[in-house]
Amino acid sequence: MKAITWQGKEDVRVENVPDPSIVNPKDCIIRVTSTAICGSDLHLYAGRIPAMQPGDVLGHEFMGEVVEVGSAVEHTRVGDRVVIPFTIACGNCFFCQKDLTSLCDNTNPDAAKLEKMYGYAGSGLFGYSHLYGGYAGGQAEYVRVPFADVGPLKVPEGMSDEQALFLSDIFPTGYMAADNCDIQEGDTVAVWGCGPVGQFAIWSAVKLGAGQVIAIDRFPERLRLASTHDRVKTLNYENVDVFETLKHLTGGRGPDACIDAVGSEAHGTSLDHWYDLVANKLMLETDRGHVLRQVIRSCRKGGTVSMPGVYGGFLDKVPIGAAFGKGLQFRMGQTHVHRYLPKLLSHIQDGEIDPTYLITHRMDLADAPEMYRTFQDKQDECVKVVLTTQSLSRKSSDVTNTAATLNA
Amino acid sequence: METYSTSAPRYDELRDASSCNSSTGCRNVGHNEQLGSILAGGGLLAYGLMPNAKLRLVSLLAGASLIYRGVSGQCELYKRMGIDTTAEQTPGVDHGRGRKVVSAVHINRDPRDLYGLWRNLQNLPNVMSHLESVTPLDDQRSRWVAKGPLGQSLQWDAEIISDQPGQLLAWQSLPGADVDNAGSVRFEQPSSGEGTVLRVTIKYDPPGGWPVAKLANLLGQGLQQEVDEDLRRFKQLMETGETATAAINGAQR
Ligand SMILES: NC(=O)c1ccc[n+]([C@@H]2O[C@H](COP(=O)([O-])OP(=O)(O)OC[C@H]3O[C@@H](n4cnc5c(N)ncnc54)[C@H](O)[C@@H]3O)[C@@H](O)[C@H]2O)c1
Ligand SMILES: [Zn+2]
Ligand SMILES: [Zn+2]
Repeated sequence: MKAITWQGKEDVRVENVPDPSIVNPKDCIIRVTSTAICGSDLHLYAGRIPAMQPGDVLGHEFMGEVVEVGSAVEHTRVGDRVVIPFTIACGNCFFCQKDLTSLCDNTNPDAAKLEKMYGYAGSGLFGYSHLYGGYAGGQAEYVRVPFADVGPLKVPEGMSDEQALFLSDIFPTGYMAADNCDIQEGDTVAVWGCGPVGQFAIWSAVKLGAGQVIAIDRFPERLRLASTHDRVKTLNYENVDVFETLKHLTGGRGPDACIDAVGSEAHGTSLDHWYDLVANKLMLETDRGHVLRQVIRSCRKGGTVSMPGVYGGFLDKVPIGAAFGKGLQFRMGQTHVHRYLPKLLSHIQDGEIDPTYLITHRMDLADAPEMYRTFQDKQDECVKVVLTTQSLSRKSSDVTNTAATLNA
Repeated sequence: METYSTSAPRYDELRDASSCNSSTGCRNVGHNEQLGSILAGGGLLAYGLMPNAKLRLVSLLAGASLIYRGVSGQCELYKRMGIDTTAEQTPGVDHGRGRKVVSAVHINRDPRDLYGLWRNLQNLPNVMSHLESVTPLDDQRSRWVAKGPLGQSLQWDAEIISDQPGQLLAWQSLPGADVDNAGSVRFEQPSSGEGTVLRVTIKYDPPGGWPVAKLANLLGQGLQQEVDEDLRRFKQLMETGETATAAINGAQR
């Protein structure tokens, strides 16, 4: 089959790789119909996540049709249209039973490696390095999906791929970011980063009762997209002093909750950002903390810092004293996707949200290499790229036919 | 049993229990045999220390043991490892002898289910990756075969020395073992009341003295990792019915 493979820093390619098949009794095989590129994929693209190997199949946001099920699969059936959570969960362990599915004990074959770094290891993830299991990802024609009765969510009839696809990651991720803020009616929530995750966090914060949401980014098209919701103000951090403006907009108190939807590849213009660039090069830190520092400083006393943005290693010059002195609380982590699926699916079904508003690029899977570049550089007002496989499967059958003809 | 190489003595010859004495020790290995032991032992150790060595534990154990025999000219008579079932924390092993590895894991299953699996000793090779087979000889005794590093097998007979259904199972090797060892597994109820904390203790008796103390440390790390990984897989199997793999097809697994 055709798949998008990681070959090295800023080098992804369409390659022929072996088709997956059932390995464990609770597996199923999905024929992918739609898949997306995520901000998290950009960390891999930029070569910032260790333990990638050339040839690894990328992608963790995907959906499709079940084409095969293992012998112990009871509910998921061949022919089902399903969307797949990017975190792989067993459903039975201590963490799964507490709805902390991204912390599942039983799905990460690389757990021992990750434990060396983190003490304890999170769940396996699709297409996300050999620290998270080395599972082949969803930017491919077919994917082996473990625990077919736990993860895959059946897509209701009449719901399009584009409407359902973001349930795999970014919609639940944005929602959990807001949920983690314990929003009280009327609260002010500031959101750093108006990428897809930030956009869903903004929608969710409004939905959960925020009286004012302040969206921060530098790309006008992303700020514009954020401002389409009621109760949202936008800040371009290149034009204003973020701390002072937030202070002003909250009557001198600071936002009740601050969401870092940027993560470790924060862009910045201030001195601390240049410090990060140097420290990264010198291996003094692995992540860039510009946004997190600003978040900690800006948040009101006793407020909540919610971090959907990904951090992988070490961060230097984190103002822990400010966090302590202001009694902040921190919530973070990979999304417990499974927990939010029923609720968010019904929000889509009820027409409360049409997640397709984020899609700026509809392309073919084979265009992925070019689209990684476009999305990374935020060219062409790119917000979210969706890739479909229809024409690709046609092309690959053409290839097989040609091969057959040549052989004949 | 097969020999390691043409110059090396047969493993069972090296371990002739009748010719040495437990407390004093005695030169009971001839000079050629000594050299052979060192060479063979060194080979095994080198193999065992390779990053991808399969059966690291067994290679290191056997290697260290052979070198010791070679250097000291003694065959360490293994002492039976006493089992103290009254000690709360680490039952099944004697203090002050050998090396000990302890590993614990929480498993979301009833202690009785887990006990049942361990009590059927022939299941153990499915849990412990270095075991080839465990064959019950009678209700208490069983024959254990571990996969050796160079295709040979290491073998011992063991007896169950404590058996409290749903709570504790302990065993030890009998005289004549290729590697002296003892082990216990305790099935504890966690404070939350849910599931079982499985606590495994394995003790093995590497020969003492130089250069073995250092090696034994390495060896201990190898065994610790192996037991940790074995328990992780066991937990996966017990909680989900399968073990995690990113393989995309059966051949890759
Ligand atoms: N926790 C999870 O489970 C999870 C899931 C998906 C994505 N993520 C993470 O969420 C983050 C965002 O993902 P995305 O898909 O929206 O990516 P994206 O790259 O499209 O968006 C990031 C946005 O942050 C903005 N930004 C950069 N520096 C900034 C600064 N100093 N201040 C304000 N904004 C700044 C960028 O301009 C961009 O619009 C990434 O770190 C991604 O890895 C986490
Ligand atoms: Zn994602
Ligand atoms: Zn689980």
